[in-house]
Amino acid sequence: MEEVVIDAKDMHYRELNEKIHQILRENPDIKKIVLKNVLGQRFIGNGLQKKGLTIEIYGIPGGDLGMFMNGPTIIVHGNAEFAPGNTMDDGTIVIYGSSGDVTAHSMRGGKVFVRGDVGYRSGIHMKAYKDKVPVLVIGGRAKDFLGEYMAGGIIIVLNIDEKGNDLGKIKGRMIGTGIHGGAIYIRGEIDKDQLGVAADIKEFTQEDLEKIKPYIEEFCKWFNLPEDVKNKLINSKWTKIAPISKRPFGKLYTPDLM
Amino acid sequence: MIPSYVPPKYKVEVDPNKCMLCERCTIECSWGVHRREGDRIISYSNRCGACHRCVAMCPRDAITIKENAVSWRSHPLWDIDARADIYNQAKTGCILLSGMANAKDHPIYFDKIVLDACQVTNPSIDPLREPMELRTYIGKKPKQLEFEFVEEEIDGKKIKKAKLKTKIAPNLKLDTPIMIAHMSYGALSLNAHLSFAKAVKECGTFMGTGEGGLPKALYPYADHIITQVASGRFGVNEEYLMKGAAIEIKIGQGAKPGIGGHLPGEKVTAEISATRMIPEGSDAISPAPHHDIYSIEDLAQLVRSLKEATRWKKPVFVKIAAVHNAPAIAVGIATSDADAVVIDGYKGGTGAAPKVFRDHVGIPIEMAIAAVDQRLREEGLRNEISIIASGGIRCAADVFKAIALGADAVYIGTAAMVALGCRVCGRCYTGLCAWGIATQRPELVKRLDPEVGARRVANLIKAWTHEIKELLGAAGINSIESLRGNRDRLRGVGLNEKELEVLGIKLAGE
Repeated sequence: MEEVVIDAKDMHYRELNEKIHQILRENPDIKKIVLKNVLGQRFIGNGLQKKGLTIEIYGIPGGDLGMFMNGPTIIVHGNAEFAPGNTMDDGTIVIYGSSGDVTAHSMRGGKVFVRGDVGYRSGIHMKAYKDKVPVLVIGGRAKDFLGEYMAGGIIIVLNIDEKGNDLGKIKGRMIGTGIHGGAIYIRGEIDKDQLGVAADIKEFTQEDLEKIKPYIEEFCKWFNLPEDVKNKLINSKWTKIAPISKRPFGKLYTPDLM
Repeated sequence: MIPSYVPPKYKVEVDPNKCMLCERCTIECSWGVHRREGDRIISYSNRCGACHRCVAMCPRDAITIKENAVSWRSHPLWDIDARADIYNQAKTGCILLSGMANAKDHPIYFDKIVLDACQVTNPSIDPLREPMELRTYIGKKPKQLEFEFVEEEIDGKKIKKAKLKTKIAPNLKLDTPIMIAHMSYGALSLNAHLSFAKAVKECGTFMGTGEGGLPKALYPYADHIITQVASGRFGVNEEYLMKGAAIEIKIGQGAKPGIGGHLPGEKVTAEISATRMIPEGSDAISPAPHHDIYSIEDLAQLVRSLKEATRWKKPVFVKIAAVHNAPAIAVGIATSDADAVVIDGYKGGTGAAPKVFRDHVGIPIEMAIAAVDQRLREEGLRNEISIIASGGIRCAADVFKAIALGADAVYIGTAAMVALGCRVCGRCYTGLCAWGIATQRPELVKRLDPEVGARRVANLIKAWTHEIKELLGAAGINSIESLRGNRDRLRGVGLNEKELEVLGIKLAGE
């Protein structure tokens, strides 16, 4: 069997997640699991290891979607609750609506695409290691404290509405508070006073553009955005926010020997 | 440059009549105290932290370290420490860092509690002859057991057989109620961790990884290791969660309640970076709160997400610092599917903490255990969750008293390090530990032989275990289960009425 449909109506999250595990156990060749009528069930895809598997969700999944996930793709036709992609290792999460607070919390690898907005403290403590560079692409806007304590990876804020129109100047505050690795790319201008401690505005170079271009293209592909919107996004004015130092709080403490 | 106004805390002297100029001390001291000048050893006392490495290694017993007798004008309020701290902060403008445990002269309640013993009417038990049950199971216990009766035909006869219907949650099986506390790889060296891992395997108990991930070298001992998930999520992935025997969520730490962890970038070596899964030289910051936890319901969510990730096969513990509302939090933890609550008292050690936290924040572990145990009993939840106590456990009697106050088991941290040779010099945060325990410098790490270390730690655990058996026998009970929360076995000496009430024990003589 290549595809299985589960009707999640009135199902407890443990039952639903157990069912997914059971299907994976019984169908080693499965490519796709479709979940219908999802309403708040948590931990969908939690810890799943299977590469090449797609889980398509119709409805609104609960918190910690794809937590510790390593490989699969999750597509959500709806909004997602808080912390999708929490401590995710690898894989892709695509959310057609908006997602809640701490989206991509401590994400270590893989990609999260959110068509709409994300909540407070998204991308918090995102980190990178060797070939693992996590990417969070936000179609709309993020609430305050975006990329707080960010230790690696890439956050891209496209700042467009449902139709691809510009949303105007970003108003988020405390962007990149405590950032000590990775970079946040925001389409449009950002004032210095919107940044948190340890964050700085750095020059956006051709190299940066090359780095984010593939993810913008992938975003447009997932959400079926027309060519002209894609070109507009790529050729916009971008602001790069990166750490002042790898050791933001190093000088706060007494030197080694007193 | 602002000069330091603080005189050396210790005075180091090398007796030229004994010294044979082997220069061993100049190699052994990682702080650079000793140096050869011509035909004598010169010692810079201001760098000495009294770690005793040179003293222990000097083949001629030529080195003496004394507290520097330089006189300060005595004052009951402005003691030397208070003044030295001000000089240092006036020089640097920085938060004072410190290591090890609370250094204030607060009452140690363990020492104001004495154990009761049996005499004639309820005779004591001789543990040398009688079996003593020290096995402890950490994890969720069912409220009640349900059975179903199945009719089976055996030899032509129909027999009703009882089958257990209740699903028993996975528990950790401890042969002794002493575990080794979470101290991260990064704070401690790999050889220190290897020593602990080998020792706990031998003793049938467990150690914690701390928040530094699980180095590959510890994989063979993984079924005796509790992995930790802190707010920084360092090294946490599916493999890490599945590898250990249980998972501990660190919310707070006794030595520094309310603040996070911070391993400075210069300590993130290639090996540390591989287990923490962060780039070399990058700061490893664990923020004070878990940002996916803002309520007790959120905490329950993290417990459940870890259970889901491990398919409900691993016990999940939640560690909090001992603070005044620990009992209320413990109730929340008990209702969250967690298997054990770990309470870490303010006498607990640390690799690095702001001194102001280490010495002033938190409450005594003795009070916290008693209060948590009491509250869980009142809520009818005590049977469902285990209590692990840690923070300042120094001897078998402390373990015994902690269990009698209500704990199921204890974690030892500093005591296990002292077994390895640690002198409690309190300079762990500098990463220069001359004993190879709290350092990542290869030349220092190799001073600690993991085989020897394991022997010493296993010996300590076994010695305490024997002593606990003796104490149990003296108390006339033969199982640790009967000691748990058995406060009738404790009496207070020199405690006021309120202290006795919080501890839930009687005054000696009552």
